[in-house]
Amino acid sequence: MEKDIMKSEEKVTTPRPTGRGKGEGPQALLVAAIENGTVIDHIPTNKVFTIASLLELDKCSDQVTIGNNFESGKMGKKGIIKIANRFFSDSEISRIAVVCPNIRFCLIKDYDVVEKKIASLPDMLTNVVHCANPVCITNNEPMKTVFYVTDKEKGIVKCRYCGKEQQIEHIKLV
Amino acid sequence: MYLIISRRSILRKANYFVPLQEIWKITDRMENRSIVSIADYGKEKIQYLLDMAAEFERQPNRTILQGKVVATLFFEPSTRTRLSFETAANRLGARVIGFTDPKVTSSSKGETLKDTIKMVSNYADVIVMRHRLEGAALYASEVTHVPIINAGDGSNLHPSQTMLDLYSIYKTQGTLENLNIYMVGDLKYGRTVHSLLMSMRPYNPTFHFIAPKELEMPEEYKMYCKKEGIKYVEQTDFTEDTIADADILYMTRVQRERFTDLMEYERVKDAYILRADMLGKCRENMKILHPLPRVNEIEQDVDDSPHAYYFQQAQNGLYAREALICSVLGIEP
Repeated sequence: MEKDIMKSEEKVTTPRPTGRGKGEGPQALLVAAIENGTVIDHIPTNKVFTIASLLELDKCSDQVTIGNNFESGKMGKKGIIKIANRFFSDSEISRIAVVCPNIRFCLIKDYDVVEKKIASLPDMLTNVVHCANPVCITNNEPMKTVFYVTDKEKGIVKCRYCGKEQQIEHIKLV
Repeated sequence: MYLIISRRSILRKANYFVPLQEIWKITDRMENRSIVSIADYGKEKIQYLLDMAAEFERQPNRTILQGKVVATLFFEPSTRTRLSFETAANRLGARVIGFTDPKVTSSSKGETLKDTIKMVSNYADVIVMRHRLEGAALYASEVTHVPIINAGDGSNLHPSQTMLDLYSIYKTQGTLENLNIYMVGDLKYGRTVHSLLMSMRPYNPTFHFIAPKELEMPEEYKMYCKKEGIKYVEQTDFTEDTIADADILYMTRVQRERFTDLMEYERVKDAYILRADMLGKCRENMKILHPLPRVNEIEQDVDDSPHAYYFQQAQNGLYAREALICSVLGIEP
């Protein structure tokens, strides 16, 4: 069912290279299809380039398509990034969720969406963000940071070591 | 092949026919017994430590730690806490190694805390450490198999002070249940009041927070009280009448350097000084505690009052720390 839904979404943005499908308008060719890789969808327009930077797409040698300000029924306007031959681990997706929760990672294999993951804050973040407390041990020792997500709605995390609660949008990524 | 048994599973199986103290003894031997915080300890564990402290007060000098080495690593200066821990170890027959100034150690050469702890772990059976960085004790407990006792990590936690506070309250009031605890002075930065507040959670206390606006109890601790159903009252007046219902009057120092507005400091600095003439209406059982050092927040004339307890409180630190050292080593008095 999920696959079907994504297929219908994908029709707009990733048509098969064999030609324009029946009933598809010129907009279908705005973004090229990928055979294998990841489509990151539903990105807020002001976060597209932040995410591209976090994923270090400037160093990627495979085909990368970045689109912004596409019309979206849910969001008004949205951004989309397609990366050929690249798949993201859960920890990479958690890292993205810190700056931009609720975006979708669609895994494409042989032009089909085989899995869809929504980036959401996990219960715990290991070595994803720095503690904002300068006298926290994690800022003074070569060690991994650990945060517990205490409020996913408000984006509040608590440092395992110094115990300080912090707004996730105010802290820096590792 | 390892057999992994959780403390909870032992409690579940054994709770009905083995005394809880025995269970603590068994389970303490099985896992890392470090004491980083006692804020989340339940009544049974606290009572176990209180009973042990009482036993050490009855007979402080023993040889039960003979052959053991206690390392006291004070990366930050300390007088009372260090002397108290070292006295506790010495009175129980242990040998003490350590340092009081990180400048004389490899820390000054850039050695990491992890490396220092792992090195000392080769020599000592227990490590007592104080560090200026918050979370240092927890991190240390994660990198070694040797139990760590947190003797203060920055402004974060100071569980041995909390333990001696609990013991002092228990000893003077005969219980920890249903007490009126008045905290006075610097409630914003004082880690001792924060730790005490959290560790009293199981005992249905009523707190009165008496502080100037700049040093009032931080919001996160008030939220903690609300979440845990702990009753509290906030007030700025510190008079004979406002402290009349206290069972415990916990004084702290209002420090000049904590104020961004020095005019505000000048205005409030004398408002939170306890004088002997303020004790006329207080309850007979009321005791005055203070983590020390005192500067001027308790007038000298209070020292002669039967309510003054801060010097005995410091003495209780010895028994509480004897209990903590033995607890992490799994040794009974």
